[in-house]
Amino acid sequence: MTTLHIDNTSRWFGNVVAVNDVTMTIGPGVTGLLGPNGAGKSTLINMMSGFLAPSAGTVTLDERPIWRNAESYRHIGLVPEREGMYDYLTGGEFVLANAELHGLPDPKAAAAEALATVEMTHAADRRIDTYSKGMRQRVKMASALVHQPSVLLLDEPFNGMDPRQRLQLMDLLAKMGEEGRTVLFSSHILEEVEQLASHIEVIVAGRHAASGDFRKIRRLMTDRPHRYLIRSSDNRALAAALIADASTTGIEVDGAEDALRVEAVDFARFTERLPSLARERDIRLLTVAPSDESLENVFSYLVGA
Amino acid sequence: MYNHTVARLTYRALLGRRRVLILIALPALLLSISLAVRLIGGADDSAAVEVLGGFALASMVPLIGVVAGTGAIAPEIDDGSIVYLLAKPLPRRTIIMTKLIVAIAVTIAFTTAPILVSGLILNGNSQGIASAYTVAAAVAAVAYSAIFLLLGTVSRNAVVFGLVYALVWEALLGSTLAGVRTLSVQQWSLSLAEGIAASGSDVTSDVALPLALILLTAATVLGAWYATRRLTALTVTGD
Repeated sequence: MTTLHIDNTSRWFGNVVAVNDVTMTIGPGVTGLLGPNGAGKSTLINMMSGFLAPSAGTVTLDERPIWRNAESYRHIGLVPEREGMYDYLTGGEFVLANAELHGLPDPKAAAAEALATVEMTHAADRRIDTYSKGMRQRVKMASALVHQPSVLLLDEPFNGMDPRQRLQLMDLLAKMGEEGRTVLFSSHILEEVEQLASHIEVIVAGRHAASGDFRKIRRLMTDRPHRYLIRSSDNRALAAALIADASTTGIEVDGAEDALRVEAVDFARFTERLPSLARERDIRLLTVAPSDESLENVFSYLVGA
Repeated sequence: MYNHTVARLTYRALLGRRRVLILIALPALLLSISLAVRLIGGADDSAAVEVLGGFALASMVPLIGVVAGTGAIAPEIDDGSIVYLLAKPLPRRTIIMTKLIVAIAVTIAFTTAPILVSGLILNGNSQGIASAYTVAAAVAAVAYSAIFLLLGTVSRNAVVFGLVYALVWEALLGSTLAGVRTLSVQQWSLSLAEGIAASGSDVTSDVALPLALILLTAATVLGAWYATRRLTALTVTGD
């Protein structure tokens, strides 16, 4: 049983606060760390993997601090986001070197097993600089798994992978989670996290925005008010019809844009009612565009929630 | 204090790629110069001192020291692959000491042998000039490796600073300003060479031998110690 505790942890770089008073506990199973780019996910993972000291608060693995504690690497496997990885070695040599650096009793056997786990045995004799992105990622995984760590930390592991490689890695991580390991991966894509993680931690602008299973996070995300920009053949008639419906809370007539700005609270009902209301009144819909669908907006809503 | 795997990775980084061409080119140049000087001017003790002191010890040794010292660690810090060494239950001291030993071994290998052979070509080791410069090169290699390894942990532009130090400080200012000479690895190692070469030879140093030995040791120990500190506190900034 291995648990990561992040306790009232902040990290700042000069005047910039990258992680702001975050408290979370990561236990066995697969946890997804979700947030837009630049939210502080990497900073958080760097603190969990002992490559960054918290400016305030503590980051511990089973009660022991991770920063400046090289012994914690016996339990942690790290898959960094950066690509640098001794390209002049073969995949096999690279994983073997990692096994040796861990001081394992039988590094050759451990390396062979780790390569088999990620299904890279066939390419073990090729130099890393000949690998595809997905192959590199799998060899990185093998190097992180070679000492059978109880904690696996992965920073944006799916970046740049094709769908098939993505599925393979998801299967592998799910298996690791089922085996009782503590698996934490970061991502800025909700669908990715939703497919894989049983537990999700959302971080936005350095703050811990939400925590829970994917259903709860998904509900938070879809239940927020949606804003739309709508152009039609008769904006005012459409506005009158929409405001009478319970799915909207606000409508603004934007004269400059010759459009309506609509705030919808009941996403499902609104998407169903809008076309039928227009048809009943013989109004042509010219434009229906979500005006705040960027991930940042979704996330900043969550911070407020 | 020494890890075979770290050493193997470092040797391969230093010797497996383009870097090795630079490491070979300078000794090849030294040997060609020596051969040319000998063929044109015959055996001449002062010519030997000019070539071995003016080029080999003043330029070749520091340049090879820059390549080996910074190359032993800076590229890994630069591309982030150092993470794979650091995320291990391995004291950072061991990583630095191993890399230092490898850098010293490479610098010594690519400087002492060519200097000795050049010396033999130039004047057949008359007045012990060849052996004097060979020993000086070996000693300088230790201090340069430590200094440039430290530089590799401090700056992203380690190679540039290393070259400026080697070419401007050691080679240019060292031969014109007396004050600089006291703070020059080249002069410290020359102090040893002076003691080995026959008295009356042109091998001279501005620094007295005891002081030179103290400064050489201090530079090496401080370099290694501070490089370890740098690596211990090495943070990886992301996002």
